Amino acid sequence: MQIYLPIAEVSVNAFLLLGLGGLVGVLSGMFGVGGGFLMTPLLFFIGIPPPVAVATGANQIVASSFSAVLAHFRRRAVDLRMGTVLLIGGLFGAGLGVMLFNYLKALGQVDLLVTLFYVVFLGIIGALMFFESLRAIRRARGGKVSTKRKKHTWIQKLPLKMRFRTSGLYISVIPPALVGVAVGVLAAIMGVGGGFIMVPAMIYLLGMPTKVVVGTSLFQIIFVAAFTTMLHAVSSHIVDVVLAVLLLVGGVIGAQFGSRIGNRMKAEQLRILLAVLVLAVCLKLGLDLLIEPRELYSISAPEAS
Amino acid sequence: MIRRLAAVLLILACLPAAAEEVVLGLSQNSISIDTTFSGSQILLFGAIKREEAIPLDQLGVVVAIAGPSQPLDVRRKERRFGIWVNVDTVEVDSAPSFYAVATSGPWSHVLSQVEDLRHKISIPRAIRSVGAPSSVEDAQAFTDAVIRIRTRSGAYQMREGAVELSEQTLFRTSIDLPSNLTEGDYATRIFLTRNGNVVSQYETVIDVRKVGMERWLFELSREQAVIYGLMSLAIAIFAGWGASAMFGLLRRG
Repeated sequence: MQIYLPIAEVSVNAFLLLGLGGLVGVLSGMFGVGGGFLMTPLLFFIGIPPPVAVATGANQIVASSFSAVLAHFRRRAVDLRMGTVLLIGGLFGAGLGVMLFNYLKALGQVDLLVTLFYVVFLGIIGALMFFESLRAIRRARGGKVSTKRKKHTWIQKLPLKMRFRTSGLYISVIPPALVGVAVGVLAAIMGVGGGFIMVPAMIYLLGMPTKVVVGTSLFQIIFVAAFTTMLHAVSSHIVDVVLAVLLLVGGVIGAQFGSRIGNRMKAEQLRILLAVLVLAVCLKLGLDLLIEPRELYSISAPEAS
Repeated sequence: MIRRLAAVLLILACLPAAAEEVVLGLSQNSISIDTTFSGSQILLFGAIKREEAIPLDQLGVVVAIAGPSQPLDVRRKERRFGIWVNVDTVEVDSAPSFYAVATSGPWSHVLSQVEDLRHKISIPRAIRSVGAPSSVEDAQAFTDAVIRIRTRSGAYQMREGAVELSEQTLFRTSIDLPSNLTEGDYATRIFLTRNGNVVSQYETVIDVRKVGMERWLFELSREQAVIYGLMSLAIAIFAGWGASAMFGLLRRG
């Protein structure tokens, strides 16, 4: 069944979109990530104009994160205070990101920027996760006791300390706020929630306990993604609500199945699979930059200056 | 169809006299883009009205449908630091979002260069470009790229010999409109030529509009952007909450 998207101004198969949402939903349920980093490139692939894909992706993330964060609230796995600090940084970062996005759109470099961000971040995160889980699997086989993580002493020395009871931390608010800014910029430019950056940063940089990390990251992603959606909707009218609804219907259903598959698998196996997936997307996007494109020219609507 | 043709012929009989004149009928003079829109086909049919004997000069019919024109930025990639980056930009002042030309015979037989220049009928003539910066030497390559890309996607069509002409009097053709149609007035022009010179011309407009929910959402997103954004968020939050509640119930039940 073909459906005409009013803002994207293209006609696409509704079941394709439901399926796409479902597929990304399964993966996000399995791995506990928003899945935006997969959704946006897939939308480019089926012919949705990139700006619309990025803006609509942000809207879809609001839905999937809201659905997921409720479950975490029930388990009291959300650090509201930490979430708020991250959020303040995140809103600031999102504003910065949208400004950068619009500026580069005027220069005609926005596609390059989005692709470069994807390649760099997916590459780094994918490689880190891959080697980390390889080591974990080897450790599990060898039966050795895992070594304790080193404390980041320079983080302890920063001023403006605050107590985060749920996380059991007493640290400066500067590192979490900076993490928030970075993720906000990414959210605006890449159309992702930034969970795949936020989660490792919270564990390794801030030293938060793993059980509150996902819930807290989801909590702040909702607000950042909602803010990004509003900015895109108001500044360039590129949020397609019909597209978003189709994606999120598929997504929330897929996520439920995904979380069941995820429960049956070992954490290391899951992480290494996610790492391979991330690296595959990164490689595909990277090759597109390196290989001479078949069509050197591209058409876009000029910016109203 | 036959009834429409009969009506055309009837109108034809009542028209004032000229050497040769085009009379046209359309299968539809407005197109509605609704949720299930997936492209459309327009059937054009008409007749040539004449008061005198059929001239011996070669007869041609050219049909051109043009979507609303927009300015465009055309960018070209070049390899910089090992990766492919947009480097040069040429502004095309005005290019139709859709353009289809159908003729009754080979292009060079039905229309002369001079007439093409005067009426701007062929695809390259329909695109206007003046704003190439001095750093770009081959501005023509950018206009060619617009034609190439849009021809590939079906937005630009050049169909020689697609107009059926019978008895030097009746003609018909059909034009496919793609699913990614922009709304606006689609100027439709029919040219009647003898030996490549335009002897008669007919113009009409096909109205392409979003209707129903498409219209409502599109206008809301432009005119009430804040409300539209809030609505998108409300739908997202409601869907997220609904899914969570529903699957919660399923798990317990």
